[in-house]
Amino acid sequence: MSRAQPEEPTGGGWTGTIRNQIAGRLPLEELLPTRQPDYVRSWVYLFGAITIAALIWVMASGVVLAFFGPQWWHRSSIGRFFNSLHFWGVQVFFVFLVLHLWTQFWAAGWRDGRGPTWVIGVVAFLTSIVAAFTGYVSQQNFDAQWIAVNAKDAINATGLGAIFNPLNFGQAYGIHIMLLPVVVVLLVAIHIALVRMKGVVRPIGAPAPGVSGAATDDTEASA
Amino acid sequence: MSTMDKATYYRDIRMVPFDLVKELVLASAGVLIVVVVLAAVLSSPDVPPVTIARWATADPVDFVTTAASELAGSSTSADYGPPYNNNEGSVQTLWFLKPQSWAGVHTAVDPSNQFVVEPLQQAAVGNAALTAALSTFQSASSDQQTSWLDAYSKALADAKVDNGQVTVAVGDYGPVPVLMNNLLGLARSGGLDGLLLASDRFFATDYTRSLLFMGDGGYLEGLAKEQKLTGNQWGMMHETGRYPGQAWLWLYTLGYQIPPFNQGHGFLGINSGNADLAITVMMTLLTLILVLLPFIPGLRDIPRWIPIHRLIWRRYYSDLKDGQRAATAKPHDSV
Repeated sequence: MSRAQPEEPTGGGWTGTIRNQIAGRLPLEELLPTRQPDYVRSWVYLFGAITIAALIWVMASGVVLAFFGPQWWHRSSIGRFFNSLHFWGVQVFFVFLVLHLWTQFWAAGWRDGRGPTWVIGVVAFLTSIVAAFTGYVSQQNFDAQWIAVNAKDAINATGLGAIFNPLNFGQAYGIHIMLLPVVVVLLVAIHIALVRMKGVVRPIGAPAPGVSGAATDDTEASA
Repeated sequence: MSTMDKATYYRDIRMVPFDLVKELVLASAGVLIVVVVLAAVLSSPDVPPVTIARWATADPVDFVTTAASELAGSSTSADYGPPYNNNEGSVQTLWFLKPQSWAGVHTAVDPSNQFVVEPLQQAAVGNAALTAALSTFQSASSDQQTSWLDAYSKALADAKVDNGQVTVAVGDYGPVPVLMNNLLGLARSGGLDGLLLASDRFFATDYTRSLLFMGDGGYLEGLAKEQKLTGNQWGMMHETGRYPGQAWLWLYTLGYQIPPFNQGHGFLGINSGNADLAITVMMTLLTLILVLLPFIPGLRDIPRWIPIHRLIWRRYYSDLKDGQRAATAKPHDSV
């Protein structure tokens, strides 16, 4: 039995507009490419991938820790192990995030219209720092006590103490396990989408696109 | 950039097969192996938290000295300022910037009553001596209270601990010794931990009172110094037991180690008294520069001037130089 396929509506309202925008800006072959420029076969491009991999395990171990509650890992050896996975995952995440940031700086990765990609990436880095901080003050151990007592002065001095109190475990924990992970993942997703939409930037000094032999040496963000 | 734009962008670039998903899966597997090994071998820091009970037991004189300062309203927390109260002891300003004052009080804390008097009132149920001492203290004039507390605080410098009680030389301290030793007993029993955390809604997750109280004393800071966690020990960079801390804050914590941020007299209105605000302002400016770096002429040109990119794309430049890239490029290789 066959069913007549309805005709594709023209326009499609807001839904159609969003779908067409996504399909036009980031088709699947761009999101999941099978070919890349030869110069991408450089070890520096692994730093971003490793950062994302570390974020995956930080999130996964964080979900387990959140599920069993903030006391669990202090009393259970398996809980302590998951906390350790979370702890070292964060360390790996930041090591490679910083390496990715530095190599993209020296590669001037913002060239040819990739300024927003850099901006979103740096904002994701900054948000990750805040996420890590709320994690450190949510540990419910001596480190958490001392970090919170110390950090309150800097936070209060800026006036941010009006909205965030690091001595309030409930507030810090809630922000750490819900709000900031969502923001970090969203920013990383946008960052990756921009990378895929724009493609990997050409090497500094490479011949101008389509102009054999003419070298470009600008490091401006706009094309 | 549309697909056509990208085709133009990569027109003369040699394209090669690339498995993005495979790379991510392998990277994830590699990272998992590394973190599992690190977690299994090194574990993670978990030094038990300090409690008021532990503090009062381990260093009763420090506890009582701190409690007396809370009752007198002369502790760091009592004199702090926003967001805890309207005083100015810890309010930082820089030039025209007064964000701490502008933000105002949002987490009201009254150390004298909340840390000392109210817990003692609860402990006084069925304790005639404590009830009388509280009544005497509260009915005394402010000058009299100050006189008793000043004398007692000075006497604490030579205090002794005898059978769980802090004793000082004979003097005119009014009911203060009774109040303090009852608070000490309450603290040692663990009761004060609960009373400082208690809320009128049963559930509680806010440790502001307990941590401010402990932060006013010397015991918590002493333990932190032993673990090299204080600000001038680069404390943000590591945790207890030599575990790594927030090493990514190295530039932020560097500020606390250098002039003018670590000097009393300072420079251009910046000194140790407003270091938190000054360093945060400096870091905010540096962060803005980092965020907007692609749009700042000069700074965005640094990668071109210092050719570290020659290492990043070493093979590409080598191929370009040898002319191999042009020779090996094929039309169907382009996007």
